[in-house]
Amino acid sequence: MDFLDRYPWIKRWETLLLVVLCLVLVANSQLSQFFFGIDNIANIFRLSIEKAIVVIIMTFVIINGEIDLSVASVMGFAACTVAVLYDAGWSVAFGSLIALLVGATCGAINGYFVAYLGIPSLVVTLAGLIAYRGAARILLRDQSVSGFPDWFTGIAQRGIIGPFPLTIFVFLALFAVAFVILQYTTFGRFVYAIGNNREGSEYAGINVKWVKMRLLIASGVISALAGLFYVMRLGSIRANAAEGFELDIITIVLLGGVSIFGGKGTMLGVGLSLLIVLNLRNGMSLANLPGNTQTSVIGVLLILSVLIPNWAQTIQNYWRRRSAGDKKPLKQPVEEVAENTT
Amino acid sequence: MMEFINRNIRIQQIREISLLIIVAAIIVFFGSQINNYFTPSTFNRISSTVALITVVAVGQTLVILTRNVDLSVGSIVGFTAYFVGHQLGQIPDLHPVLAVGMALGVGALFGLVNGLIVAYGRVPAIVVTLGTLAIYRGLLVQYSGSQSVTTRSLPDWIKDIPQTTVFQIGELDLRMLPFIAIIVVLIFQLVLIYTAFGRRLYAIGSSPEAAEMAGIPAPVLVTLAFVICGALAGLGGFIYLARIGNITTVAARGLELQVIAAVVVGGVNIFGGTGTVFGAMLGAVLIGTIEQSLIRMRVNEFWKDALLGVFIMIAVTADTVILARVRMWWAQIKIRQVDDGEASIATPPTQG
Repeated sequence: MDFLDRYPWIKRWETLLLVVLCLVLVANSQLSQFFFGIDNIANIFRLSIEKAIVVIIMTFVIINGEIDLSVASVMGFAACTVAVLYDAGWSVAFGSLIALLVGATCGAINGYFVAYLGIPSLVVTLAGLIAYRGAARILLRDQSVSGFPDWFTGIAQRGIIGPFPLTIFVFLALFAVAFVILQYTTFGRFVYAIGNNREGSEYAGINVKWVKMRLLIASGVISALAGLFYVMRLGSIRANAAEGFELDIITIVLLGGVSIFGGKGTMLGVGLSLLIVLNLRNGMSLANLPGNTQTSVIGVLLILSVLIPNWAQTIQNYWRRRSAGDKKPLKQPVEEVAENTT
Repeated sequence: MMEFINRNIRIQQIREISLLIIVAAIIVFFGSQINNYFTPSTFNRISSTVALITVVAVGQTLVILTRNVDLSVGSIVGFTAYFVGHQLGQIPDLHPVLAVGMALGVGALFGLVNGLIVAYGRVPAIVVTLGTLAIYRGLLVQYSGSQSVTTRSLPDWIKDIPQTTVFQIGELDLRMLPFIAIIVVLIFQLVLIYTAFGRRLYAIGSSPEAAEMAGIPAPVLVTLAFVICGALAGLGGFIYLARIGNITTVAARGLELQVIAAVVVGGVNIFGGTGTVFGAMLGAVLIGTIEQSLIRMRVNEFWKDALLGVFIMIAVTADTVILARVRMWWAQIKIRQVDDGEASIATPPTQG
């Protein structure tokens, strides 16, 4: 136990994630000789770029103690907006701008209901999930739009440095900015403070409502940007675009050590978990596992990621108690209390 | 008038009563817009849609009351629908009771897994069921080998269930599926009101710490709530099979969202502790009526989802913003009455 106390970083969640990531990478490299090829590495990122950038903002939202289930629907809505405007003869650049505004509006609607009317974000964004997807259906009905100009689809398809397209660099830049904001600015500290103790933050003079509002608007804008990347990557769009992405996104964030109750988690952990999930999916694709099985494996991983630390904590408490020679623990675990009384 | 209201309605019931009024208003509205709306066939169509959501929503209500949530119900419904359909295709002579029992059993097993991990592993329910949502769906794909159950492979009795009439009220016949839903609602409404188990679920959801201090075996009861939720989702799977017949690997995907929407619209607090099964049923009726009526109205089907989302938002906002004020105002009146007549404190509360 002394050993663990002397090197506290061993017990950090990020260390475990790093070990898991190494295991996944080693396993994958055994599966295919092309795994460490630069094309495969570019592919890993390119194919999931829209999930990756939403993960960044979702980290903020969950640390803040809220959740945004509507991200995938906002992605679809924004993507359909640009498609419909392009179909009606507008330029793609203008359409993209409108799409981002649409995203901001969706985020502002979520934010108003959550921050100022005090309705739980789970409920608000659940309604948002249905409504924004519905809006996408109104726009595009059952048609699909394609034939976007080359420069537009090229942003996500054509490599600018080696095989890496511009979207990957946008993601890296956003990630770096998010890292700095979350760990080193007042706003980032506010996000943690509100997630830890909302009432305390209010008494400390933080404008809690405005912080939440800004986060949810940012969530809308970045989801809309992700929707644009989705159109660029596929070059064709339908109303059910990006359906169900919210599950993958939330899974990655929670796997990164962010607590669903808010207040805990780091950008580093989320970055590592993003790498794990993307590489794991890539490896399972190389091993010819079907998509649903891949999702199941990630589901198991998600549950274990919370279950194992809980067990570790229980075992550690047990050891502490035994080594201290204390027969009666200070605080009994919940289930023991329950069993004693029945 | 005021005295009558005071005597017969409690503050907690305002929510259900206002929901009833909203449902009635919506039915009148659609009735005035659509020709031939008030016919038995409209009633049948709406009631059989509502039946599925209601049965699953009842289980979901029990879980949400304990400050948890079960996102995996859609996958459980899909799996049991396929599983039972597949078994019936293999063994056509399977007794109906056994088939229903199988659906309940498979669902309960899935619910047990959820419940054990949530209650004894101390993992947040939203994390666990987000995981099992994917896992159960993956199991379905593995088990089915991406095959699907077709209506033709099913025995006749199960295809007849949706058309079976239990009893008639005037021109309206109550079909089997809504009848099952009503029975389920009645049973669990009574369980929640009159049994220790039901009251303890409210206690756990209102304040987990206080419940623990009071000696309530929370982990056992939370697990049990998840098992019941799973079993009812299994029953939902059976209803889905009877209604739809063709079951693919994407069966009932996204149903959990509709169910949670129904529960939340029905006034069950997502943070646990308040709400009733009856309210959840009204929520399901509201959502089902809007959905089916929009289809009947020939409102472009692409508008359906957007309007549904907006309606859910309006219902929830009305509940938190307006009804919170009404409840406060109501409570103030009660307090003033008590203050006015000192004697009324001594009399039993039913007279006050």
